[in-house]
Amino acid sequence: MRRLVLAGLVPALLMLGWWLGTRGQAYSLIPPPWEVGEAMVDLAIGGINDDAFSKTLLVHLLASAGRVYGAFLLAALCALPLGMLIGRLSLARDLLDPMFQMLRPVPVTAWLPLSMIVFGLGPRSAFFLVALGAFYPILVNTIFGVRSVEPRLFEAAAMLGTKPAAMFLRVVLPASLPGIFTGLRLGLGFAWVVIVVGEMTGVQTGLGAMIMDARQLSRTEIVIDGMIVIGAAGYVSDRIVMALGQRLLRWSPQHG
Amino acid sequence: MGEIIHVQDVGKVFGEFHALNGAELRINEGEFICLIGASGCGKSTLLRIIAGFEPASSGYVFVGGREVSGPGPERGMVFQDYGLFPWLSVRDNIGFGPRARGISKAKTRETAAHFIDMVGLSKFADSYPHQLSGGMKQRVAIARVLANDCRVVLMDEPFGALDAMTRERLQDELLEIWARTKLTVIFVTHAIEEAILLADRVVAMAPGPGRIVSDTSITLQRPRDVSSSSFNELRRTLSAQLHT
Repeated sequence: MRRLVLAGLVPALLMLGWWLGTRGQAYSLIPPPWEVGEAMVDLAIGGINDDAFSKTLLVHLLASAGRVYGAFLLAALCALPLGMLIGRLSLARDLLDPMFQMLRPVPVTAWLPLSMIVFGLGPRSAFFLVALGAFYPILVNTIFGVRSVEPRLFEAAAMLGTKPAAMFLRVVLPASLPGIFTGLRLGLGFAWVVIVVGEMTGVQTGLGAMIMDARQLSRTEIVIDGMIVIGAAGYVSDRIVMALGQRLLRWSPQHG
Repeated sequence: MGEIIHVQDVGKVFGEFHALNGAELRINEGEFICLIGASGCGKSTLLRIIAGFEPASSGYVFVGGREVSGPGPERGMVFQDYGLFPWLSVRDNIGFGPRARGISKAKTRETAAHFIDMVGLSKFADSYPHQLSGGMKQRVAIARVLANDCRVVLMDEPFGALDAMTRERLQDELLEIWARTKLTVIFVTHAIEEAILLADRVVAMAPGPGRIVSDTSITLQRPRDVSSSSFNELRRTLSAQLHT
């Protein structure tokens, strides 16, 4: 209860400031909180404005969530094996690591034009950009995870009769799970972060697309609603991953 | 009781550094040997060569008549830092060896239960290593090599990180297990008292270059009394050997 109150304190003060700052100004560029709330209700269930945005929230949310999770899965499918190879094989490390280190600082935004040329306008481009955002955190943490296995554990496994070929499955993989899990968690978080950029590629639905449309129509209250929904969806998604991690990594003092 | 280990003129060089020079050692089945000496005398190096973790630069090690070429389940190692698998419960840590050697799940479970019981950790069978105290972790490490049917137990300062009370209790438990299982034990320590308390033979080593300087049989009746005059006499003799 105390934690709930503390967590809500700063947002409540910010809301108060927002309300005081926008009160009584008829043509404020920033809409007051209640207008944002009203627009949220209209977005969700309609019946207030009855315009193009009414009752569309679920469609946009599902489109974005589908893109986020799909792109995240694709990113994990690529980054996990690559990270394990780079982490364990010096040939793969020499071959690929410098390239990925150079590409990693390039922001997803910078990939946008190229992505639209290669993948065209629309959902494929969006998918690629979101996957790219999720890819690097998973890759970097997987490499770190498989590289930082305590050498002692290899000795222990060897003296207990583990064959060299079985080391990866019996030692490397379980030992690096906490690192891999951190990567997956950060990757999914990043997928939500870059969803708006991803949906600047001219897709019809999605929270990012909704924000872009609302911006062009100067419907700032809907822009803010989109921000709130992305924040909430990202938060819920992270909580689910954390709960999964706590079950799977009960043995790890950092997670259990 | 035949000879089980023969260390034949073993040397180890790390770059320019002579960690071990011309080590000769014969150990009979069922003997409890303590390797003792100051840091840099090569005692851990010798143990790691017998374990197969490091190749010898010269000479040979034979265990059960076969030359050592790598780690193997007949030589169980107990590390000072335990080396337990943090993602496995006590039960599965102890069952790791049998499973790695292809023994069935049911049989492994039975074996694990037996050795969990032997080291008195039945209540903690499903705990993870991070939930255990140092002494409990070392009990798991010991049970783990016993459950794997090892013939020789190699122990690298296993009680060095434990507090005095826990150390004494584990020393007693180790002697009890040793008496019961008739295993061969090579125990590395830098504590003279610990060596005299535990060993049939104390092999003293010295640094620069690392070498064996003496091999003393301890014939004191067990359980040994650390405050007896014969114990103290041995302590003085060994101390003198180690400080020349």
